[in-house]
Amino acid sequence: MIANELKKRALELLADGTVKRVLGWQKGEFEHDWSPALFETAEEMKGFVYGKYAGANLSKYCLKLNKEEGKTLVMLKPCDTYSFNQLLHEHRLNRENFYIIGVGCKGMEDQNGLLMKCTCCKGKVFELSDEVIDDEESRQPMPEVDRFEQVAKLEQMTHQERFEFWRNELSRCIRCNACRNVCPACTCVKCVFDNPGSGIASKANVTDFEENMFHIIRAYHVAGRCTDCGECSRVCPQNIPLHLLNRKFIKDMNELYGEYQAGEGAEERTPMTSYTLEDVEPGIVHERGNE
Amino acid sequence: MSVNEKTWKPKIVAFCCNWCSYAGADLAGSGRLAYPAEIKIIRVPCSCRVNPMFILRAFERGADGVIICGCHPGDCHYTSGNYYARRRMTMLFSMLDFLGIERGRTRVEWVSAAEGQKFANTMNEFAKTITELGENRKLGDLRCK
Repeated sequence: MIANELKKRALELLADGTVKRVLGWQKGEFEHDWSPALFETAEEMKGFVYGKYAGANLSKYCLKLNKEEGKTLVMLKPCDTYSFNQLLHEHRLNRENFYIIGVGCKGMEDQNGLLMKCTCCKGKVFELSDEVIDDEESRQPMPEVDRFEQVAKLEQMTHQERFEFWRNELSRCIRCNACRNVCPACTCVKCVFDNPGSGIASKANVTDFEENMFHIIRAYHVAGRCTDCGECSRVCPQNIPLHLLNRKFIKDMNELYGEYQAGEGAEERTPMTSYTLEDVEPGIVHERGNE
Repeated sequence: MSVNEKTWKPKIVAFCCNWCSYAGADLAGSGRLAYPAEIKIIRVPCSCRVNPMFILRAFERGADGVIICGCHPGDCHYTSGNYYARRRMTMLFSMLDFLGIERGRTRVEWVSAAEGQKFANTMNEFAKTITELGENRKLGDLRCK
């Protein structure tokens, strides 16, 4: 059992003082709801769990722990290591502050079955880790799926159909900001959508339009840095397929500026922070696909 | 609608780079070249100063079309600003297209300081396109009213 091994190893590392705290998962209110949690003592570690409901990506939680004294043990599934690596590239995290255990993953679930992000698995390669704890089963590759299938389907629709599709989806938004808060790429201390002087979490929308703007800009601000971890759609309480907006950007950048996977390999310039002299003109997007 | 069709004039925002397009607009003015009065020019230091939020904000406040004018690629006053702008605007336009917003409401044109005629022609043509497209409803309407 991976969970038992993980727990044993984490307790060892806590006991010998290599790490000060452990970032993992604990049981939440519901059967299928396992939340990220921080454990500082062997006593607290009793609540540690790992299994098919541990879908949460822990990379974002490292931002706060980066400032804490001593090392943190963080458990990352293969796809989570991309997010962590991307944060390292952006100098948001300090590698020395973390002890990374790569944990094997057989695909995560929620109450509705396999998570969206696991249906198009990035593979079982750990981008970085200090040690890996997995088993034979978790090393088996997931079935290969074209992750851009749904984006391509939308592109084939007419303008009006696309508009109706998005109007239907986005009209459910309640602006809880969960998609922004969970996103490992959204790391600004001061967000353009917040007004810290106002004394409330976010400023009230002046018009309905701000909601559309929020979704366009949220996706836009992580363009080129989004590792397609799918957390935005996972946490959305209204089940809006937000990952489609991010994937549209990824698909466009792959097509126009060359294949790129954020968080992979060593640090390099992202498509949005670089250019070539031969880039296409913006008018090209008006010439492709359906009117 | 029939009455409105005659009286309705589009609102168009043009973001012009200080070094090329704004001077181009100036040249069009001093050359007495006519372009529609619906076009409101906003001067920006460089085309890459145009944040995608500027464009969306313009639409929010009632613009029917937004055009971004900058130096020709290779001529940027700051060496590389318009190359970045080119990528950013490509991505943004593609997203607006993906959300079902009419094509043609947004545009990028490269206009140098010597191209007064091109500036006037571009603006005339753009204003014509927007007038044909009509009022911008979709961008404000994605969330049901």
